[in-house]
Amino acid sequence: MNQLSLLGLISLVVRRDLVLAMRRRADVLTTLIFFVMVVSLFPLGVGPEMEMLRKMAPGLVWVSALLASMLSLGRMFSADYLDGTLEQMMLAPQSLAIVVLSKILAHWMVSGFPLVIIAPVLGMQFDMSAQALWVLMITLLLGTPILSVIGAAGAALTLGLRGGGALVSLLVLPLCIPVLIFGAGAVESVVSGINAGSNLALLGAILVMALAFMPWITAHALRISLE
Amino acid sequence: MVPWFSWSAAIFFVAGLYLGFFVAPTDVQQGEAYRIMFIHVPASILSMFIYLVMAGYAALGLIFNTRLSSMMASALAPTGALLAFLSLWTGALWGKPMWGSWWVWDARLTSELILLFLYIGFIALHASIEDPRRADRASALLAIIGSVNVPIIYFSVQWWNTLHQGATIKFTGTSMHEVMQQGLLAMLLAVWLYAIAMTLIRVRSIILERESKTQWVAELIEVKR
Amino acid sequence: MLEISNLACNRGDHLLFSDLNFSISAGQLLQVQGANGSGKTSLLRTLCGLVIPAMGEIKWRGQDIHELDEKFYAEMIYLGHSNAIKDELNAVENLRISAGLAGCKLDDKQIIAALRRMGLRGREMLPVRVLSQGQCRRVALARLLLINVSLWILDEPLTALDVSAVGLMQELIGEHLANKGMVIYTTHQPLEVAGVETQRLALS
Repeated sequence: MNQLSLLGLISLVVRRDLVLAMRRRADVLTTLIFFVMVVSLFPLGVGPEMEMLRKMAPGLVWVSALLASMLSLGRMFSADYLDGTLEQMMLAPQSLAIVVLSKILAHWMVSGFPLVIIAPVLGMQFDMSAQALWVLMITLLLGTPILSVIGAAGAALTLGLRGGGALVSLLVLPLCIPVLIFGAGAVESVVSGINAGSNLALLGAILVMALAFMPWITAHALRISLE
Repeated sequence: MVPWFSWSAAIFFVAGLYLGFFVAPTDVQQGEAYRIMFIHVPASILSMFIYLVMAGYAALGLIFNTRLSSMMASALAPTGALLAFLSLWTGALWGKPMWGSWWVWDARLTSELILLFLYIGFIALHASIEDPRRADRASALLAIIGSVNVPIIYFSVQWWNTLHQGATIKFTGTSMHEVMQQGLLAMLLAVWLYAIAMTLIRVRSIILERESKTQWVAELIEVKR
Repeated sequence: MLEISNLACNRGDHLLFSDLNFSISAGQLLQVQGANGSGKTSLLRTLCGLVIPAMGEIKWRGQDIHELDEKFYAEMIYLGHSNAIKDELNAVENLRISAGLAGCKLDDKQIIAALRRMGLRGREMLPVRVLSQGQCRRVALARLLLINVSLWILDEPLTALDVSAVGLMQELIGEHLANKGMVIYTTHQPLEVAGVETQRLALS
């Protein structure tokens, strides 16, 4: 019997989650469409003045991305929890944190990455400059994984609870505020002609920290929830 | 112990209010309105402090599996949330005459609001899990994540505030009058003692509820009645 | 090899069992008996380390299983009420993933051979969604053939199985015991293995 390497395990879990997501495509599209719709609703709420919209755009796209990523958090562990796969993952001779990290990675590829891709199109609706669009994409590329990582902990804590979906948002949203501030801040500083470097650096620092500690905490939360 | 803390809390409260509202002189810049500070400042300080104490107890409960510290954590949460709310409320009342609007996106006020959200999250998670052991452990983990996050949030809000150059009015400490200091100190002590008293009352009822099946609870006179 | 001393387990406020002592060593078969709600599943989940016991110790080769953690998991397999298989995937994909989680890499031939042994010839590539309950259970049980560990903990392995599959299970358990394996299981159906004495543990 061949031993499976660490990378082998990660790629196995990621590929499995991606295949599952592809066979349930509707779920993936829901997040994306939600994102597009929320962003498009704002002009209807605040009026079509281009000057104001251009000013609001970075924050607006970021808030919508935050809300959209909350939408899919419930799915991260619930299917595996219901059919017993999660139990098997805990009883695996590998570290649960690694499995969790792989699941987060897969979740981000399915629900976070599409937001990064579609964001420039939405930014154009608000007449953002090309440079601002680039920075917007970079911040989302750095920021959406953080949302997935923090969200995973929230999803793990609320696993199997009644009203889990709303509760997850209640727990996770306050924790995501720094990401929102630095993410939207970076884009805004570019718009107003300041260097966005410090914002991006802070965002990167948060990402590294979150990646280092949160999978481990999430694994612990899963153990608590399954007991 | 509960009556001790409650009575001393009440005494300091009355003393603090008296000093704050009748003895302390009117502020040159802010007029009478600044007197709300005597409630606002202690409430904000305590609400932040209690979150840290709560996270500390929660961590103890999680690591060493001691039930009492988990119970303390869940007993502290409502008091902390109440104080955070009180601090926001009085902050708004103070803000109206000072800044001309009930709410200003000032860094400290915003951080306090987020702190309130964190408290609400903790309480909501604890309330929605039925098994008390799981509830303790899950919300302890949340409190720990939250307490690590609090400095980051605070810093990010500061950052955000300077970026947007909001209408922050710094409380320029033109050397506070002595009576003001005394009044503030008395109020701080009062709120502190109040928090301890409330927490003890709450933790007692939590213990009685959880241990309701054990012998010693059944033998208590209060329960028999 | 697996020693249990003074074990007690709670469900909420309710005490399920306490002062449980038993041990099982190579080649032995243990059946946990008890009415619905007597704590059979909780006991098995506690033995797996999923539930932290209210009191007592569980030792594997003389060491506490919570200290061994992953080393213990490398030597056991647990089959719960739920099959832990995905409707959207086919039997081979499902087993490849289960085996991968258990730390071994298998090629499809081995998996297909195991599925055929479980009586699923011709069903290997169908999505599990179209299989019957009993066939799903067989897919889950095929894990026992693929993952080579010494301790099997089986929660109601015979649910939804027909007579021939029950016979097959008896055969598998017999082989496993002959190879110095250990099996702990619960069941409401009779399950006898020829030539092996079943130890019984009754929960009340």
